[in-house]
Amino acid sequence: MAQFGMVIDTAKCVGCMDCVVACKTENGVPEGFNRDWITQDVAGKYPTLHMEIRSERCNQCENPPCVYCCPTGASHVHDFGGVVLVEHGMCIGCKACLASCPYDARFIHPDGYADKCTFCIHRVEKGLDPACVSVCPTHCMTFGDLEDPNSTVSRLLTSRKYHTLIPETGTKPHVYYLV
Amino acid sequence: MNSLSRRRFLKLSAGTISLAAAGYALSARELKAPAEKKRGIQKIPTYCDICFWKCGAIAYLKDGELWKVEGNPDDPLSRGRLCPRGTGGVGAHTDPDRLRAPLIRKQQRGEEIWQEVTWDEALSYIAEKMQTIKAAYGPEAVALFSHGIGGNFLKHTIKAFGSPNITAPSFAQCRGPRDVGFRLTFGEDVSSPERTDIKNAKCLVLIGSHLGENMHNSQVQEFADAIESRASIIVVDPRYSVAASKAKYYLPIKAGTDLALILAWMNVIVKEGLYDKEYVTKYGFGFDQFASLISRNTPEWAYPQTGIEPEVIRETAREMARYKPATLVHPGRHVTWYGDDAQRSRAIALLNALLGSWGRRGGFYYPVSMDVPPYPYPEYPKPAKPKVDNPNNKYPFAHETITTGIRDATLTGSPYPVKGWLVYATNLLHALPNEQETIKAIQNLDLLVVVDVIPSEIAGWADVVLPESVYLERHDDLNVEWFREPFIALRQPVIDSPHDQKPNWWIAKELANKLGLSKFFPWESIEDYFRQRLSAGGYSYEALKKKGIIRGKQQPIYFDEGVPAEFPTPSGKIEFYSLQLQKAGFDAVPKFNAPDSGPPGSFRLLYGRAPVHSFSRTHTNRILSDMMDENEVWVNSDIAERLGLASGQYVTLRNQDGVVSTKIKVKATERIRPDCVYMVHGFGHTAKGLKHAYRKGASDAQLITRYITDPLMGGTGMNVNFVTLEPAEA
Repeated sequence: MAQFGMVIDTAKCVGCMDCVVACKTENGVPEGFNRDWITQDVAGKYPTLHMEIRSERCNQCENPPCVYCCPTGASHVHDFGGVVLVEHGMCIGCKACLASCPYDARFIHPDGYADKCTFCIHRVEKGLDPACVSVCPTHCMTFGDLEDPNSTVSRLLTSRKYHTLIPETGTKPHVYYLV
Repeated sequence: MNSLSRRRFLKLSAGTISLAAAGYALSARELKAPAEKKRGIQKIPTYCDICFWKCGAIAYLKDGELWKVEGNPDDPLSRGRLCPRGTGGVGAHTDPDRLRAPLIRKQQRGEEIWQEVTWDEALSYIAEKMQTIKAAYGPEAVALFSHGIGGNFLKHTIKAFGSPNITAPSFAQCRGPRDVGFRLTFGEDVSSPERTDIKNAKCLVLIGSHLGENMHNSQVQEFADAIESRASIIVVDPRYSVAASKAKYYLPIKAGTDLALILAWMNVIVKEGLYDKEYVTKYGFGFDQFASLISRNTPEWAYPQTGIEPEVIRETAREMARYKPATLVHPGRHVTWYGDDAQRSRAIALLNALLGSWGRRGGFYYPVSMDVPPYPYPEYPKPAKPKVDNPNNKYPFAHETITTGIRDATLTGSPYPVKGWLVYATNLLHALPNEQETIKAIQNLDLLVVVDVIPSEIAGWADVVLPESVYLERHDDLNVEWFREPFIALRQPVIDSPHDQKPNWWIAKELANKLGLSKFFPWESIEDYFRQRLSAGGYSYEALKKKGIIRGKQQPIYFDEGVPAEFPTPSGKIEFYSLQLQKAGFDAVPKFNAPDSGPPGSFRLLYGRAPVHSFSRTHTNRILSDMMDENEVWVNSDIAERLGLASGQYVTLRNQDGVVSTKIKVKATERIRPDCVYMVHGFGHTAKGLKHAYRKGASDAQLITRYITDPLMGGTGMNVNFVTLEPAEA
């Protein structure tokens, strides 16, 4: 069975937010909210510095606390590629998932349901990349099936060093950052 | 009608009458019934205008509504991927703060009190004023400030009217010094899009150029290619930019001393014999004199100026030489910094010449273009007077018109009076230094017309404001680009303008008609113009309309592919020593003069770009403002701590002349030198019509009261202002 994942090359990412804008227009994310965002991690003392720039979003975790804590079953793992989704009609907007997510990836949509990145499953079903991946001017993002050893995402993870975000929570993210 | 009470109906009627009495008239567009919306998805190719890069785009309509804009895969500039601003293009169309109808000023200039009028009234008013100015002072007394390809048709009208005074801030406030420095050295400009072969560079040197924040799409895409191919990257910047975070070497230079560093690099490369000797011998002029003049500019000499240790200077110079000729010392774009900018740019050109990168893969290519003849217009009248901006050739190497020269002439009436300004798509109060000088010049005008999509600060001072359709709603001139491969691109409307906005070509044509210049617009519709030009070049308008792009055959772009190594300088060679500079009384080889330091306790004000905004033109675009809706002032962490300032706290900035900014958030960061502060350009709007952006963040332009004019070409060095920080209420 396919397991979709995203591999993002932090060496190439310039943090331009094209991914954020594309998500917004593709998915009609309302003003004041975004499903993805940019983080700049700066370490060191001027001028000896290191900065990692990351495009972040829902990590589409293998152990998704948002799904485990959802009282109605609105948050669920979809059969297609193991994508974590929210069934809007079943969501009561209780915010348990917002509290459980270590990545702060969710928000309450003005229409009352919990909202977040869907890996653009509506595009993926048509054979397209998620909007963020498809627009990135630096080509720093790759999307694909982690279960397929020949996919670009799998090959990148065997050939490059990478990390995931807050691995100590045991969520097992499916979004990977190449260093 | 049933649901309206009689009382409310009467009130509505009264309102309509008073609007009509105020001169408001409904346009044909507003009277016509809404067109039936097409169901499903439509894709229409066009090219972007959120900045001037002109990336090929595909606009998507969903059930007749604008949905999204993506890159056109056929376009060599965007390679199918737009930058965040282009991706957010829908927000330009839906911006609620847009100008909606032509306006004529009712009160004092700058009070932003308007009367809505018809296009006919507005254009008749402008034409009448222009004719009055022409009768009293000659046609040269009308000047056009224009930015971007959208200004082409208005330029045509102004040339037909008889004025040579057409200008853009992109020369004297931006890339002018760079193009002058390279022209003096190689005989050619770097031009736009830059002819930099970033993707093939093995070593890339960025001096203050903050690619990735400065989001010129093809440049950034190629920068990512260079990172991918493990190019050695050297970044020189007082601020640890995004580009710096990608660099093998980051050189935290003292602001204003770049020229000292470049001279020292050249000193090492010459002294250690690391330059491309065959190239320099074959193509160079005056190398020995040059070598002798830079012999004292050692790394030890440069160290106290720049703060960069001699060993680092040597190591980075050797790094550049190791990868020559595929070492690209990027010339930058917005380079009006310290007033020595043309000579600094020339030094960058000379460094590239030593490395043999001009005309070579991984350096600078020779751009190519398609052959599309201009429209066969009648000949323009010959202006009776020369251009007003540069009397007595004061700035002998200015090869374009100097905005601030036109402003000076407007202020002084010398060498002759300027009485009318037409301003197209450039917010002069944010683009030119010293806004008070601009406002004073405006007071000397008999006519100020602003054509724009939003009610910018300069529009606030206008006598007539003309609302333009945004790029997604209009045709513009063909983009017959000079780039690494030849192509033609079409901008075409994908959706109707929401109100009474009009495209610039229509405005230019109608104004020409009112001026009695209709013979200069022999075409009926702009599509006739396209057909004429394209068929003259042997291309099909229908094909272009369908695809948005026509690509030509790849042609040679490097010397080793057959481009002739010709240098249109006076010597016909690469001028290491410039006799024309010497003759004009300037240094034949650049010399470094240390910049002034500011008042004690103050910080040099630096500014730059954010990837999600263009100049001061995108802050009311709701999609882009959602990414960034105010700027921050970057302050070194230690300094912030000393001043008792924390990130997120508001301050005002006071410059050396006592000008105080609007309030701006502090960003306390390790990413900047302690002697500078930095902000993104263009925020701090004070125009009331920009409701969404009003007084959010601070305007660097407002604080740039001082500037140093480049003696070679009249550019305005603007990184010469100093500020202190004062806490402000949130």
